[in-house]
Amino acid sequence: MIDLSVNIGRLKLKNPVMTASGTFGYGEEYAEFVDLNMLGAIVVKGISLKPMEGNPPPRICETPCGMLNAIGLQNVGLKHFLKEKLPYLRAFDSRIIVNILGNSVKEYVKLAGALDEAGVDGIELNVSCPNVKKGGIIFGTDKKALAKLTAEVRMAVKHSILITKLSPTVSNIAEFGLIAEENGSDAITLINTIPGMAIDTETWRPRLANITGGLSGPAIKPVAVKMVWEAFRAVKIPVIGVGGIMNVRDAIEFMLAGATAVQVGTGNFVRPTATAEIAEGLWTYLEKKGINNLKDIIGGVNGASTNSNSDN
Amino acid sequence: MNRYFKAEILGNLPLNINNNLLTLFPLEPVFDPKPGQFYMLEVSDSCNPLLLRPFCCLRKTPENMQFLFTVRGTGTALMKEFRKGQVIHMIGPMGNGYPEPLKGCTPVVIAGGTGIASLFSFIESTAGTCRVIYGAKTKDELLMLDELCKAETSMTVCTNDCSFGEEGMVDQIFMNFLRSNESLRSSCVLYACGPRPMLRTVAAIAIDNHIKGYASLEENMACGFGACLGCVVNTVKGYKRVCKEGPVFPIEEIVW
Repeated sequence: MIDLSVNIGRLKLKNPVMTASGTFGYGEEYAEFVDLNMLGAIVVKGISLKPMEGNPPPRICETPCGMLNAIGLQNVGLKHFLKEKLPYLRAFDSRIIVNILGNSVKEYVKLAGALDEAGVDGIELNVSCPNVKKGGIIFGTDKKALAKLTAEVRMAVKHSILITKLSPTVSNIAEFGLIAEENGSDAITLINTIPGMAIDTETWRPRLANITGGLSGPAIKPVAVKMVWEAFRAVKIPVIGVGGIMNVRDAIEFMLAGATAVQVGTGNFVRPTATAEIAEGLWTYLEKKGINNLKDIIGGVNGASTNSNSDN
Repeated sequence: MNRYFKAEILGNLPLNINNNLLTLFPLEPVFDPKPGQFYMLEVSDSCNPLLLRPFCCLRKTPENMQFLFTVRGTGTALMKEFRKGQVIHMIGPMGNGYPEPLKGCTPVVIAGGTGIASLFSFIESTAGTCRVIYGAKTKDELLMLDELCKAETSMTVCTNDCSFGEEGMVDQIFMNFLRSNESLRSSCVLYACGPRPMLRTVAAIAIDNHIKGYASLEENMACGFGACLGCVVNTVKGYKRVCKEGPVFPIEEIVW
């Protein structure tokens, strides 16, 4: 009997396939394409205390093997989410993880407390959005700020698991992973988008109204795999891998690097059925390899145990 | 019925140097589109270019569905190479489409360039009652003219370089139409699709003349089904998604 289940802290997922925050709306946008019951967990669009209208358009542009976005965390706000969006998601046999963002520790604590009380399965701290001026990435790139934030949110969260989503724009991802772990995170998610920029050579203007944005898609996958591998070797808590996962081979690559679970982001835009296909594909892969338990492949990359420095 | 499906390419006819008429056959049961709804088309199964491309459906029959496209960049250049028998993924129909005209109103359809693709099936469905103003830069860029003439509708065609039809831009023709059809003015409803500057101008004319109307907008899109929030347009009610609340918006709602 093949077992695809994995554990993120005390939360058991029936399979490791999650959605990446900001790419899956509030779940309902995909209900027509994917049986939401097939997903290990649904991570919804980042929620703030008050609704946010987001950045002016153009908000996205395509780049080689990827895309830049500067959505600016447009979201319906906590109150509307609890009333209108959460009840819909509860109807599915899938774990619900809510990504949260604030401008202050106090805001994060308030959000986390309310969602924990509402009974969501997990809370993912967004400390790595590159597209808003305040908050977000400030917490993700300052060790002291991250420690304080994680510790205080931890105290407000009683039932849900706590995940910290890390920024790739740090010199040593392992250190930030350790800070999240030491301050009570049950898991870490990495990586968020990598800051980037594109310029129209006809008009000489930036292609995004926000000037810069976050790069996602297959273009960032090798960066993400490396960071997952580095973080996996440093922390004891589960690592959730994200960055350019388009198909089951990509998901397996992340798991071999050390990811316990994976998130599909930009891949959902290109193939709205990607998450369900990956969940099915994992089963087929294990069967073909004669492996019964998916957990056995986590961190299983061969010949990569000693050399942690690249040659350049 | 599937909204994400595979379709086989039946034909890819060049209409001029830049524009093609693509004919596809859905390989699964699919929904019928309303005039003005659109589809996301997969242009490559590699990851470069990565995203699907949005196109309005020109028309759908039980036998096939057709799209007009202009070669503008990498994605559409690959589409020009689509060959008979090739199978691509599609998502759709998406978006709201044009609202059905109320009884007694006179739809005034204004199309600029490939904007005709979005309005073509609307014109067919309102044949006999609508007035069409169709403009392009040159005669060569006026598409589907023969087919439009078959729709038995009153049509004025114009080109910027006066190589065909009346000389000038659609907004001048629109103003002339309003001037010479004073009695019709109160029943006119605008339905427009084309480049943004053209839409801005015709919408302003309509609003000045107390004419209601709708414009179909274009934006960069990643998903096409409301998830990415990438395609928003600024409206008097805040940002709205072109793919979900649009692509057709009341002209007075758009912040031009």
